Amino acid sequence: MSMLSISEVSKYYGDFQALQSVSLEIEKRSIFGLLGPNGAGKTSLIRIINQITAPDSGFIELNGERLKPEHIAKIGYLPEERGLYPKMKVGEQLLYLARLKDLDKKTASKRINEWLDRFNIADWRNKNLEELSKGMAQKIQFVATVLHEPELLIFDEPFTGFDPINTNLIKSEIKRLRDQGSTIIFSTHRMESVEEICDHIALINKSQKILEGPLKQVKKQHASNTFSLELEGAYKAEKHSTFTVENHTSHHETSQLIVKLNGSDSNDILKEITSTYRVLSFQEQMPSLNDIFIQKVQGS
Amino acid sequence: MNKIWLIIQREFSTRVRKRSFLVMTVLGPLLISAIFLLPIYMATRPKAERIVMVLDKPILMNFDKGKNNIRFQYLSPKQFNLKSAKAFFKESGHYGFLYIPDGGNLDPDFITSNITLYTDGDVDIGTENYISNKLEKYIQIEKLKAEEVDPAVLARTKTKVNINTINISDNEEKESNALAKMGIGYICGFLIYIFVFLYGAQIMRGVIEEKTNRIVEVMISSVKPFQLMLGKIFGVGGVALLQFLIWIIFGIGIYLVIAVFFFQDALDPEVVASSRNMDVSQSAINEVFNTISQINFPYIIGCFIFYFLFGYLLYAALFAAIGSAVDKESDTQQFMLPVSLPLIASIVMLFSSIDDPNGDLAFWFSMFPLTSPVIMMARIPFNVPIWQLATSMIILVGSFLLFTWVAGKIYRTGILMYGKKPRLKELIKWISYKN
Repeated sequence: MSMLSISEVSKYYGDFQALQSVSLEIEKRSIFGLLGPNGAGKTSLIRIINQITAPDSGFIELNGERLKPEHIAKIGYLPEERGLYPKMKVGEQLLYLARLKDLDKKTASKRINEWLDRFNIADWRNKNLEELSKGMAQKIQFVATVLHEPELLIFDEPFTGFDPINTNLIKSEIKRLRDQGSTIIFSTHRMESVEEICDHIALINKSQKILEGPLKQVKKQHASNTFSLELEGAYKAEKHSTFTVENHTSHHETSQLIVKLNGSDSNDILKEITSTYRVLSFQEQMPSLNDIFIQKVQGS
Repeated sequence: MNKIWLIIQREFSTRVRKRSFLVMTVLGPLLISAIFLLPIYMATRPKAERIVMVLDKPILMNFDKGKNNIRFQYLSPKQFNLKSAKAFFKESGHYGFLYIPDGGNLDPDFITSNITLYTDGDVDIGTENYISNKLEKYIQIEKLKAEEVDPAVLARTKTKVNINTINISDNEEKESNALAKMGIGYICGFLIYIFVFLYGAQIMRGVIEEKTNRIVEVMISSVKPFQLMLGKIFGVGGVALLQFLIWIIFGIGIYLVIAVFFFQDALDPEVVASSRNMDVSQSAINEVFNTISQINFPYIIGCFIFYFLFGYLLYAALFAAIGSAVDKESDTQQFMLPVSLPLIASIVMLFSSIDDPNGDLAFWFSMFPLTSPVIMMARIPFNVPIWQLATSMIILVGSFLLFTWVAGKIYRTGILMYGKKPRLKELIKWISYKN
């Protein structure tokens, strides 16, 4: 059963349509990539899930229940436009935000300690937010998002403002949270991070969902039947029945080929080529998510 | 409800802990009492002594010595003429030189039109008035003599009238002393005006701050925008109330200090006798003390807290809505005008309302919710009919609910709008937006 089920959600701002009957199913314990160019409607959808705004039509179910105010405590949201009170101490601020998510004071304090220790930032506790660097503040913001151990976590561009070391830290924390049972919605237009951590993706463009599925399946659907081959010895150009050579280069005692399959079974390529050459490597060329993204967005 | 309470606590404690709160709490009453008391103090303070030399040819002034800060020194008419007296005055460095000619006869009208006061620099109005008053008095004596009226007779027939006004509207007769009531009405109205502006602006600044820090999006994923707005309004209101209570205690302390050091001094007969308008100042002070003892302070303070709270709440909602609509403080001006206009109008109306507390103008402005906190407070010391007070309070509370509801709608949309500066028309459109 899916954790979050979005059914035919539409949203208008005056005459502007922000979402046009978008439906999504988000599996429990998965990392779901919500992709789309700027202004596609991602933030509108996230705000509806967070009950900041309500949809004009359609509905959302969390664990099979229609979304209601009590669900707020089960959701953690790291907005893209983030911020904290600059003149408030780190510890107080985290406590305040946790208590607004219905956490009692004692539990909140305990978890704050745990998280600050985990990130090795316990000595920031009594510093005002304005004394911290941007990256430091982002870490605090991340902690604030996960403190109440929500079942559903929504990260909107979580890596902006982080250096590579901290990006990796946050990535591994996101994966760890997933492994502990959280469901994660991950909104971004940075494809390389999506390929690394997402299980499922959906692509939204111009207020409509244009693509959805498990990451591997999406890539397969968009495979161009192109393969790369490495052969021993020099390759002599000739005509093949099961594939077409698009490009070939020879270097020392090996040759590299890019070939396009004519049929549907990639084994045919191997069958034909192994009769003449010795194959050193054979690999399907998968399109990058970035390619799919650009292709889909420009095509629609 | 629990969340609103958390927000109230945060808004309250972060503000109370600020150094500016302490500074304002200490300096506020000093500043306000300075505004009200400095002019009184300056008026009664003995001024530097001024010596005016007089060449009184007709011996009109009968060698009057003047008063303690304006003294007359007489030059002998036999030894001096105008020219030598002027030269002598220049050397002396005294304040002024008064020349009263006789022109060979004692016709008072001739003398009057030829009196001259020479000074080194500009003459101040107080001194000039004092001298002309003196001269008028002595010329009157001369004229009475010419008409063969005994000045003593005239002095005996002069009567000072102090009208006792009694207010019989409440079935029991009370002495009504308008002056002290005017003072109290004025101070109350003025304080509400200052408080509403001061703390209303704080609300606005707080909302803008949350918007520019982008904390607002984090907040409203946990609480409803309306809760956030209410929490801020009540939190800041609590700060205002605390400050006000500290001020009341502070004010009582200062009043006692002033009563001991200042009023006692002013009531000292010797000091009073030497001040110029002794009758007026003494009776005014008596009047103030009499009236203060008759005024129903719990009633006035109760009304003050009511009008202060609801006036603040009403405007705070409007200020919150303005804050939510803009990204930075400099963009607030176009919205500030319609909101501050009634507030400024009420401070303008304050004077005429105190003058005529039961007039039509005062009545209507004390019913209209945007001006009633200031204007009704100005009327309250003058025994407002209970039905008027009740109506005004009900209208105010009703408007507070309505305004907060409307402001909440604007706020909800406004806090998530970034970048473009909305027009008033758009703000009104936001009210009709669905959730």
